[in-house]
Amino acid sequence: MTGIGRRLRRRPPKYSAAALAWRGMRGDYWPRIWRDTELKSSYDAVVIGGGVHGLATAYYLARNHGITNVAVVDKAYLGSGASGRNTAIVRANYLTPEGVAFYDRSLQLYNSMALDLNINVMMSERGHLTLAHNDSSLRTMNWRAEVNKLQGVNSCVIGPDEIKKIAPALDTSSHPRYPILGALYHPPGGVVRHDAVVWGYARAADYMGVEMHQKTEVLDILCEGGDGPDGKGPGGKVVGVRTNRGDISTPVVVNCTAGWAGLISAMAGVRLPITTHPLQAAVTEPVKVFLPTVVVSGSLHVYISQTDRGELVFGAAVDAVATYSIRGSLEFTEELAGHVLELMPGISRMRLLRQWSGLCDMTPDYSPVMGFTPVDGFLVDVGWGTYGFKAAPVSGEQMAEAVATGRTPKLIAPFALSRFDSGELVGEKGAASVGH
Amino acid sequence: MLLVPCPNCGPRNSADLRYGGESHARPDPATATPQQWRGYLYLRDNPAGWLWETWYCRSGCRRWFTLERNTATNEFRNPPIPGDKRGGKA
Repeated sequence: MTGIGRRLRRRPPKYSAAALAWRGMRGDYWPRIWRDTELKSSYDAVVIGGGVHGLATAYYLARNHGITNVAVVDKAYLGSGASGRNTAIVRANYLTPEGVAFYDRSLQLYNSMALDLNINVMMSERGHLTLAHNDSSLRTMNWRAEVNKLQGVNSCVIGPDEIKKIAPALDTSSHPRYPILGALYHPPGGVVRHDAVVWGYARAADYMGVEMHQKTEVLDILCEGGDGPDGKGPGGKVVGVRTNRGDISTPVVVNCTAGWAGLISAMAGVRLPITTHPLQAAVTEPVKVFLPTVVVSGSLHVYISQTDRGELVFGAAVDAVATYSIRGSLEFTEELAGHVLELMPGISRMRLLRQWSGLCDMTPDYSPVMGFTPVDGFLVDVGWGTYGFKAAPVSGEQMAEAVATGRTPKLIAPFALSRFDSGELVGEKGAASVGH
Repeated sequence: MLLVPCPNCGPRNSADLRYGGESHARPDPATATPQQWRGYLYLRDNPAGWLWETWYCRSGCRRWFTLERNTATNEFRNPPIPGDKRGGKA
């Protein structure tokens, strides 16, 4: 404890080449990048979910709005859910104008993140190819490119010859069952190291006074004045959170729990238009770098990128059956391998190292649910489905603004929960590997 | 993979069936308010536990049926017997 106490009075050490050399020579230790503290009985705001969305919300609450009496609680460890399981792709080439504006802002924040957080997030702006295998998807690509250009996002449709120049491993001949007819090329897209993003936000938030509480499971959300039992439900307001480490009183609770969003919202008496589906991903053995861009095929439900270590990372669409179980399946591996070989027949001898899955909170229109709910003080940042990681910085920024000002920021107004009452759905067909 | 107990075809791989999602009673379109109707269309309980849901046996008997599945462990219970009209869709 004395070590932690000493560290509290110090600035966190700056990450730099000079610091690395200095500490290396002195044999100095690197202190833990966030504190473990006792749970207090009261906070100005409690963020449920210690993933990249929750941590970003806490970070921007502290940095942009000076609200530092904030706790981030997670039932496991920080980044244990989808934040550490996604395929780390970032892009802004969406289909709806709402989506493009939103993700473009996110990409800008990712680009400046290493400087903002003083941590190497390994942002690699390597370009993003979305393949079209039939006329209708080529038409959608053109549509997306025009929407993107109109909003100042760099996207264009290219033909098989140009695709071959960018990614020679792709089979652009007319032989495959689903030949590659063209692609939406999005140069600003790329990959980021997702763990570093989680740690960076946690470290920066911790420095400003935000508390991270791991292994702290939320058992109930305490409300009063609502229509339902125990004062929960529409018309009520949040007064606290019951955890396995004791009760916390707080006027604001932000739900950033992705796959578990429905369970947490039910504790406040709010029903969500969300079902939980697992999404499986896999990684191969490492080889020399041969794939310079991110390659996505909506028709084949697959996205591929090569890590800096040389492994190919494959992701797929969500499993059709809603479940909280994250067991992998052989069907997934077989289907994935078939689809990847359809695109890149040359890697048929490569072996898969491992597969894993994470939980996705899917909405009917493939757009998130953000902002206020009928319960006063209970905010949601959920429904992130297969596209949560690439949106994390801007979501955190906008949710923090909503908490601090009490008003819905313009950028997230289209994604309000009330859109399902009024019928104004945001059909985001540019979402990850959704066939259209 | 899930082994889904189809009432007519016996245990089948879930890939042979179409998942129909949560089973809820449909409100009467003539009397339902827009809010009730949109709640029926979009809002879901999404529990981590036992859930009544619908399945369509697309490559077998081609019938809809309802059964109970535990969404945390993927166990099934209460499959209907052939001819059972429970759930309104079978």
